[in-house]
Amino acid sequence: MSLVVNNLQCIRGEKELFSGLSFVLTNKQLMRIEGQNGTGKTTLLRTLCGLSQADDGEVLWHNLTIKKQDEVFRNELFYLGHHNAIKADLSALENLQINTALAGASYSEEQLLQALEDIGLFGSEYKSSAQLSQGQKRRVALAGLLLTNAKLWILDEPFVALDGFAVKKLQDVIASHVENDGTVILTTHQEVPLTQGKILTINLDQSNNKPNRSDND
Amino acid sequence: MTSAFWIILKRDLLLALRRRSEIFTVLFFFVVVISLFPLGVGTEEAVLKKIAPGVVWIAALLASTLALDRLFSADYEDGTLEKIVLAPSFLSISVLAKILAHWLLTGLPLVLISPLVGLFYHLPINTILVMMLVLLIGTPVLSMLGAIAAALTLGLRGGGVLVSLLVLPLYIPVLVYGAGAISTSMMQGVSIEPYILLLLAFSLLAMVFSPWVTAVALKISIE
Amino acid sequence: MKINWFKYSAPMSFYPLAGKLIPLFWIAAIVCIAGGLYWGFFKTADVLNDQKQYYRIIYVHVASAWMAMWLYAVMVFWAMLGLIFNTRLSYMLASATAITGTVMTVIALATGAIWGKTSWGTYWDWDPKLTSFLILLFVYIGYIALQSAIDDKRRSDKASALLALVGLALVPIIYYAVNCPDPTECASLHQESSLKRVESNILIGMLVTTLGFWMYSFATTLMRARIIILERERSTTWVSKLAEITNSERKH
Repeated sequence: MSLVVNNLQCIRGEKELFSGLSFVLTNKQLMRIEGQNGTGKTTLLRTLCGLSQADDGEVLWHNLTIKKQDEVFRNELFYLGHHNAIKADLSALENLQINTALAGASYSEEQLLQALEDIGLFGSEYKSSAQLSQGQKRRVALAGLLLTNAKLWILDEPFVALDGFAVKKLQDVIASHVENDGTVILTTHQEVPLTQGKILTINLDQSNNKPNRSDND
Repeated sequence: MTSAFWIILKRDLLLALRRRSEIFTVLFFFVVVISLFPLGVGTEEAVLKKIAPGVVWIAALLASTLALDRLFSADYEDGTLEKIVLAPSFLSISVLAKILAHWLLTGLPLVLISPLVGLFYHLPINTILVMMLVLLIGTPVLSMLGAIAAALTLGLRGGGVLVSLLVLPLYIPVLVYGAGAISTSMMQGVSIEPYILLLLAFSLLAMVFSPWVTAVALKISIE
Repeated sequence: MKINWFKYSAPMSFYPLAGKLIPLFWIAAIVCIAGGLYWGFFKTADVLNDQKQYYRIIYVHVASAWMAMWLYAVMVFWAMLGLIFNTRLSYMLASATAITGTVMTVIALATGAIWGKTSWGTYWDWDPKLTSFLILLFVYIGYIALQSAIDDKRRSDKASALLALVGLALVPIIYYAVNCPDPTECASLHQESSLKRVESNILIGMLVTTLGFWMYSFATTLMRARIIILERERSTTWVSKLAEITNSERKH
């Protein structure tokens, strides 16, 4: 299982965000994408998901470009974007249930409630999401991580708006996913300590986009 | 595969139930437009009967375009659309669910309230039934074609006006035969069958192509 | 002589080529239009009485109407090429063609109205052909409006190309609906535009004028494409090295 990126180039408007970007990511690895605002972190993540088209280069999953294996790839992918995909008119529980069902899995109400409790939303499960704070909405979106079977997690600024407890919880969840043969790509300013596995870093500020390896074991 | 269809359909209907006012806005818009025409054109029975077929369809076209703006934009703004695109199922199936939900919430109510038009415009019972039938067959086409325009203009400033500009010319065939069927039903001894068959053909064609084209348009727009 | 066509699909090599071709197309356009109109106005049989001389607007009307339809096909061709091969130049040509197409549609409608006033006694009639052209104008305007509403060039190119394709699929259905509002009898009021019935002398005038309009369309499309290229590629080095850019900067 591996994600291979070959010679990726993305241009937005007149600006070349990055080019010649290549890396290989296998299981038990976490990749942090760094860079200032506007350097194309989100564009890179969206391109890796297949939401955006690269101007050059390709993204391979299981040695096949992601374009050619739509459903298979998306079944193994969990993507969390800037927005939480939370409907104000639905409760936290309903939101979680619909979002996990859309991702192709169905869970019992107990499992969903357990996930919400684990992420620290005990007591807010049935509240209308309009009453939840920004951080609580983010938690509802992150509760999906506790349930998903996806191998590849692509998370855009997952720690934003979270308090200390939730940050710690999310760090644990990510670490244990990597430990269990998972792969994580994220953009964040937050350190993510791992118990096992490798951390790779890409800095989009640099002109030559070669991943720096910093082993962590 | 089919599960994404039902999840989205159920979710959209549930959301609409929690915000019922949106359904009624479109419905009342339709009723208001219908009732403005006699005030502008005059209340002679013969005139009203003559213009009723066109008026009901133009009101339906406008009401349907009015509602299009919301078809994808809410999901786009809160990030649900990305989830739907990345869901492991065919996007066109999910799009079909969204269009169906949209029609159930904005098209079907128009069909159900249309007898009121019959009352306002002194139409015979038989014509009212024909009107309901052609609205039932024709309004899904409006939702299907409208979905393409809504997807193309997703998230644009002034998208609502642009949607109308793009989509109203495309509605012409439905307008021509939909109104034609109602007019014909008021004549003696002329069959409305050709009109119904043409509208059914449009409906089927739209159902085959529109979800697919809309899916392509959505992918272009969220990129 | 073997020409590498793909070489010219890059804006950088297309730009100078277009610059060389534009004067040629302009000359051809002027010669053909002037020749066609001269032939039509002065050399065709004067079978009709003096009051009906107005019919000679046909040389402009028919030519612009043909072009309006042809240019839509050309626009869709470039749009489709863009969607398939993802070449930037195709999209630029599609959007450059749209403007000329819109101009041609307006000319066809305007000359139609003038001709209508002189022969039918009314500027506008809801005749199927006139109505079709009105709708064609709406479709062109929709395409241009969508394109200018989207700031992101990539999205604007692809979205408008898709709209052009949808338009192509629906235009025949709309045309049918306008022509046959009553599906049981399909009749058109407009003169049958069968070329066989047109006198060959008149036909020559029409064809030459149309050829001239083609040349005019090539010239204006290429000019617009060059402007679009400059606008979109202004940050590239090849544009900044162009003689016209460096000259104008020296002046300032």
